[in-house]
Amino acid sequence: MQSINDQDLGTPARHAAQTITLEVDGREVTVPAGTSIMRAAALADVMVPKLCASDNLEPFGSCRLCLVQIEGRNGYPASCTTPVESGMKVHTQSEKLTSLRRGVMELYMSDHPLDPFECKAGGKCELHEMARVVGLERVRYADHGRTHRELPVDESNPYFSFDPSRCIVCSRCVRACDEIQGTFALTIDGRGFNSQMSPGQHQHYSDSECVSCGACVQACPTDALMEKTVLEKGRADRAIITTCAYCGVGCSFKAEIRGDQIVRMVPNKNGLPNHGHSCVKGRFAWGYATHPDRVTKPMIRQRTSDPWREVTWDEAIRYAASEFKRVQRQYGRGAVGGITSSRCTNEEAYLVQKLVRAAFGNNNVDTCARVCHSPTGYGLKTAFGTPAGTQDFDSVLAADVIMVIGANPTEGHPVFASIMKRRLRAGARLIVVDPRQIELVHLPHVAADYFLQLVPGTNVALFNALAHTVVTEGLANEQFINERCDPKEYAAWRAFIADPVNSPEATERITGVAAAEVRAAARLYARGPNSAIYYGLGVTEHSQGSTAVLAMANLAMLTGNLGRPGVGVNPLRGQNNVQGSNDVGSFPHELTGYRHVSDPQLRAQFEAEWHVTLDPEPGLRIPNMFDAALDGSFKGLYVEGEDIAQSDPNSQHVAAALSAMEIVVVQDIFMNETAKFAHVFLPGSSFLEKNGTFTNAERRISRVRKVLPALAGKEDWEVTCDLARELGYPMEYAHPSAIMDEIARLTPTFAGVSYAKLEQLGSVQWPCNDVAPAGTPVMHVGEFVRGKGRFLPTAYVPTDERTGPRYPLILTTGRILTQYNVGTQTRRTKNVTWHAEDLLEIHPHDAEQRGVRDGDWVEIASRAGAITLRAHLTERVQPGVVYTTFHHPESGANVVTTENSDWATNCPEYKVTAVQVMPTTRRPERLPAGQLPESARLAGK
Amino acid sequence: MELHHLIKMANEIGGFFGQMPREEAISSTAAHLKSFWEPRMRREIIAYAQRDGAELHELVRAAVLRLEMPTPPRAG
Repeated sequence: MQSINDQDLGTPARHAAQTITLEVDGREVTVPAGTSIMRAAALADVMVPKLCASDNLEPFGSCRLCLVQIEGRNGYPASCTTPVESGMKVHTQSEKLTSLRRGVMELYMSDHPLDPFECKAGGKCELHEMARVVGLERVRYADHGRTHRELPVDESNPYFSFDPSRCIVCSRCVRACDEIQGTFALTIDGRGFNSQMSPGQHQHYSDSECVSCGACVQACPTDALMEKTVLEKGRADRAIITTCAYCGVGCSFKAEIRGDQIVRMVPNKNGLPNHGHSCVKGRFAWGYATHPDRVTKPMIRQRTSDPWREVTWDEAIRYAASEFKRVQRQYGRGAVGGITSSRCTNEEAYLVQKLVRAAFGNNNVDTCARVCHSPTGYGLKTAFGTPAGTQDFDSVLAADVIMVIGANPTEGHPVFASIMKRRLRAGARLIVVDPRQIELVHLPHVAADYFLQLVPGTNVALFNALAHTVVTEGLANEQFINERCDPKEYAAWRAFIADPVNSPEATERITGVAAAEVRAAARLYARGPNSAIYYGLGVTEHSQGSTAVLAMANLAMLTGNLGRPGVGVNPLRGQNNVQGSNDVGSFPHELTGYRHVSDPQLRAQFEAEWHVTLDPEPGLRIPNMFDAALDGSFKGLYVEGEDIAQSDPNSQHVAAALSAMEIVVVQDIFMNETAKFAHVFLPGSSFLEKNGTFTNAERRISRVRKVLPALAGKEDWEVTCDLARELGYPMEYAHPSAIMDEIARLTPTFAGVSYAKLEQLGSVQWPCNDVAPAGTPVMHVGEFVRGKGRFLPTAYVPTDERTGPRYPLILTTGRILTQYNVGTQTRRTKNVTWHAEDLLEIHPHDAEQRGVRDGDWVEIASRAGAITLRAHLTERVQPGVVYTTFHHPESGANVVTTENSDWATNCPEYKVTAVQVMPTTRRPERLPAGQLPESARLAGK
Repeated sequence: MELHHLIKMANEIGGFFGQMPREEAISSTAAHLKSFWEPRMRREIIAYAQRDGAELHELVRAAVLRLEMPTPPRAG
């Protein structure tokens, strides 16, 4: 069922330079060549009856309801599959057409409940609507003959049901699964009367390849496929457009509401990141927002061994502020700091960093991007001048060669993956660089031309080998380099990269990838003509994360793959607002727009706006805060929306650091692991309970709109303002729009951003200013932001994390589709149906050597600690490499990760941990959501 | 701050910039430390380089010694 108030024009828009003018029911209409008669009619405000057509699916022509007559032509062609022609005169209504349509509708309705009130879609299903439109008054065949009414309902999916007795076999669901999602999980099984939509091969939904994206449910014109929440709560009466709070794709959604309850989330067909598509998390896994575990009362305690005491907001804020002030008096101004989160809005992150800089009077503010994409910031800013992805998502549709590096889009960024798969099905070539065989490597309709399965930790060696091949085989785009890049730096880099030490043959023993494969992939990428890089944390979370980003930038500049659609270097951001929280000044060395705090003119601008004197020195990063806490010079922390105790590496080190602090204030929607070390808990608001903006991985700023009242009574930005006021630094805003106005006043790349513009345009990609008032989909067109592109030598330096006799395997980590990060949200939804526990993937060869069978419990021991997981034998990982996800707290993956980090940014090296794996009789502790295993905990003070 | 940790981080920074010509490598390493390291971290590494610095790579020690010692923190 489509979202309420959505207009469906029947078939997709066509883009063509040539336009066609025709006449529909006497109305003249001009449309791009290739447009269907149905769409042209709809654009002329003539709605042709339809059932199998929808404007997000290619025309199919099966329902025979959209028949029309065309002057000068015989017959009754389907308007959905007939393209317009110049001078056509189309008639959509006639006695004959009415008769034909009624005949068709009568057959449909003969096998369907006639009474609209029986319809589970609340009397609003398209089938009943079309019966009314065509004037069907009675059905002659309803009482006799065979029907499908006794077929059993498939309730196997936790979020929607499939009632085949209500199915009209229009194939919209099948086509949605094929064309939009690209999974091909559904089919029409059987022939004639026995035709029936079937997931997989006569399977239930839960047993099929279905990924529960919900595209089929949205496509269904009847009540055959329905969200269970709609069946329980009834159809919504209004909708509010907002932005998903999961991954960095930042899908636009319509939150459909009835009374004060959300009925369902429907992807917004006008949303530019997702074009009306979604994944299982965004569409269905929002129940955590009202989960009973939500904490809605402020709480304080003097010692972490004391029980929590519920207090008023005033008392909690007063206590927190007084403790921060005491600590600063006792230990110095730099003894406190704050952490913002990528789960928070731009406005919230901006306020936290403002509080730290202006009220605390130091720059000890950092954000969780520290542990994911901080190397992206360093690398892309150094090479191009802007620490952000170069393209919009739709750019991938113009790519000829797609290189996916250290990312798993079908699991981590599923909606973007669907767009990418569409392009791949249309013929783009694919190179995958990953230690583990991700799904994209081989799917029924998508396969990688080259899968470079490298040893974890050797990205830089591989990227250098690719660049070496391009340079030494004469494939460099010298014209682009001459025009766009610094010649001196290029010359130095060229000499470096041409050294045989960087050749595929030399690096083969490091990376484990055959030289011939590397050379072939390099040739493919270089020849494009449009080649695009998409990468994830498999690039950044390494000791050479920043070097690897620079190496990718070198490769893109070398081949001229920047500054136009279809190319670029594109980080796939893990969380919804990684980009935004960085943009608005969450890093300790930068104010908004990535400008260094040491710039006196810049500080003067902020000082004039904020009425304070700012510290010119960079502050502590998150890992530095932990180190400073352990040496006694850092004693207080304000953490908003981030669970550092669970998500940061070497959990025991983090726990010790938090235990050494005298005031820890946690602001979150759940009692998370960090809160166990806290003295003040301030209840947060979910994305459904507040106003603000998120900025996705394509730099797109989208509105977050308040759908529900804040459960704890305050939106997060209000809490930060309250704390600042109590600290003696009032921050007064009437609405988050005023916060964005302040960001825009202070930040050249945001100068043109306002809530009014977001209302007008829907969303906008920064830079948005006088030069680009409607935003910037593709960056570095004609010239890099920094002027000349910068080539830098990127010598491969092996990580200090070495394998050896004690720890002979390398552990690397990743995500699964249905869960999100440490699972705080998704484990509180029915998504647990699909991923009850984290597993350790191990190659059968390694398993056999250790006597490990599939399903056995194994201990994974590193230099930092040990955890217990169940083993899963698979050849997706190579010998010598094991892999796990980190969605369940009892897995405690960060118990084993070490403190090795990226040289430039201190981003932890999550992706390479030397481990030993052995069978064990121990079992992991089963813990409530958000709690670490005992082995990872230290006693609170 | 854990001195051993600071030394390791400083050496890794020098490891990247060490690919450049010597003078550029030293100035880039020093600039990186000044841009990204909080004063108490810089104070500690400078003090170490001044009194010993044996565990710092030669180039890194030269870069650290170019840094100005940050002023001690003001009272809160």
